[in-house]
Amino acid sequence: MTLTTYFMEATYLVASILFILSLKMMSHPDTARRGMFLAEGGMFAAIVGTLIGAHIVTWTWIIAGLAVGSIIGAWMAVTVPMTAMPQRTALSHAFGALAAALVGVGEFMVNINELGPVKRGALGFEIMLGALTTTGSLIAAAKLQGIIQGKPVQFRGQNFVNASICLGMTGCFVYFWIHPEASTVFYTMLGLAFVFGVMLVIPIGSADMPVVMSLLNSYAGLAAAATGFVLGNNVLIIAGTLDGFSGFILSVLMCKAMNRSITNVLFGGFGAAIAEASSDAGGVMREISLDDAAMQLAFANRVIFVPGYGLATAQAQHAVRELAELLEERGVAVKFAIHPVAGRMPGHMNVLLAEANVPYSALYEMEQINPEFSSTDVAVVIGANDVVNPDARDNPKSLIAGMPILEVDRAKSVIVLKRGQGRGFSGLENPLFFKSCTSMLYGDAKSSLSHLAQAVQHV
Amino acid sequence: MNPAVLIASVYVFALAAFLGYQVISRVPPLLHTPLMSATNAISGISLIGSLVLAGAKGYPLPAHILGFVAVTTATVNVVGGFGITDRMLKMFRKKPDAKPVAAESKAAAK
Repeated sequence: MTLTTYFMEATYLVASILFILSLKMMSHPDTARRGMFLAEGGMFAAIVGTLIGAHIVTWTWIIAGLAVGSIIGAWMAVTVPMTAMPQRTALSHAFGALAAALVGVGEFMVNINELGPVKRGALGFEIMLGALTTTGSLIAAAKLQGIIQGKPVQFRGQNFVNASICLGMTGCFVYFWIHPEASTVFYTMLGLAFVFGVMLVIPIGSADMPVVMSLLNSYAGLAAAATGFVLGNNVLIIAGTLDGFSGFILSVLMCKAMNRSITNVLFGGFGAAIAEASSDAGGVMREISLDDAAMQLAFANRVIFVPGYGLATAQAQHAVRELAELLEERGVAVKFAIHPVAGRMPGHMNVLLAEANVPYSALYEMEQINPEFSSTDVAVVIGANDVVNPDARDNPKSLIAGMPILEVDRAKSVIVLKRGQGRGFSGLENPLFFKSCTSMLYGDAKSSLSHLAQAVQHV
Repeated sequence: MNPAVLIASVYVFALAAFLGYQVISRVPPLLHTPLMSATNAISGISLIGSLVLAGAKGYPLPAHILGFVAVTTATVNVVGGFGITDRMLKMFRKKPDAKPVAAESKAAAK
């Protein structure tokens, strides 16, 4: 080994340590930001180390790639609104996975004859995970952005078709592993993995996106870790594994928060058998006027806001913060209740409210806040539906039976801000809306909230 | 791959997995979105594999071009990922800020 190689390896070690430290500092909002600086430093060191130690001869492509990537990345970092964070994250899963897959293809083109059976196996995983995550994440991003419809796309024999693709891909992998010179088989595997990614995500509905996002996160990380095995590079293994496990942990948490298994999310095609399963929640929804709602809020002692995806689509995070501030000035105790799967990705609501300058000490997790609803005067549900559906708790026949919910129906009164009378994303009827303590305030969440704020000021 | 290197790699993988589990399960749900964004940026470390492909000795032109694309996408993740994570983390605060900042964000809301 030459001196530059030692230097490169040293930067990799430093980078690995800094990455782990930075994730450790993620455990508290006060230290998280400093932690990220460490990770950035680690990344920078690893890049410089590689450029010095990796016997680079052609600089054109490197400089071009770094420049184009930095411009696009910086542009995204500055311009993407917080409401579009799920799409942005899905897109970055696609980019990360694509980079891993391409490095794998490059390794195949150049070094395939030097790869032993273990590295060939790792290469196969890298290609398959990388390619399927690329297209899967692109589909997820398109669904979240509304470019393609968010509803599950399903057809007869879907699981059979998917199983065939998966089987074909695995078959190619095994053949390639035994006969590494078979490049047609290798590229067929790549192609099938791209197709498989699409097929995997199109049948999944938007409400299940938090799980899908986490899983894709995990796959992208594991693809990077597999790259590390192929290249014999430890920092890639470490960083990829950290990413992979982070995604895996989040997937498990999200599934728990919906009381469903990962298999069920991936292959269940949620929302297919709705009509029969809905509880016969009959009765009328009681509408409330702005002034009455404002009056209730203004004279309440305790108010809990329950935000859902509707808050994000209406971009109402600033409006709700203004209303909350006005109420607090009147001496009302205001809290926010965050369900783990509210929104389209883990932690989506927290980021939106933080953007609107809501202090995180006012944000409460489900387990913390549920006991408080019974002593709450008004619970305000903003564009959330399934996460407050009492059917999940009371009706064992419901499709979402057993899913832990925010128990807003225990509050003395509930005001539901909703765009119209339709059902939520899952298509389930929500008996909460028909309860005697519930009243509905129809309209766009943002304008409803700012009108409420005005009305509260005049009370 | 010689067996000693392979075994070392498997050790690294297993220990990283264990450590990752320990560290990441302590991240509060409050920060799950920044966490995802941060781990994403960190796994942009595949950039170093891409750099080799794009410019190292002994690779033909098609590999360089694949490398170029990989460097681009990985750089987008690194720069964009860290940038956005920082933007998000900046927003988390314990108490509402003093008036000037509040007024500023009110203006931004309009």
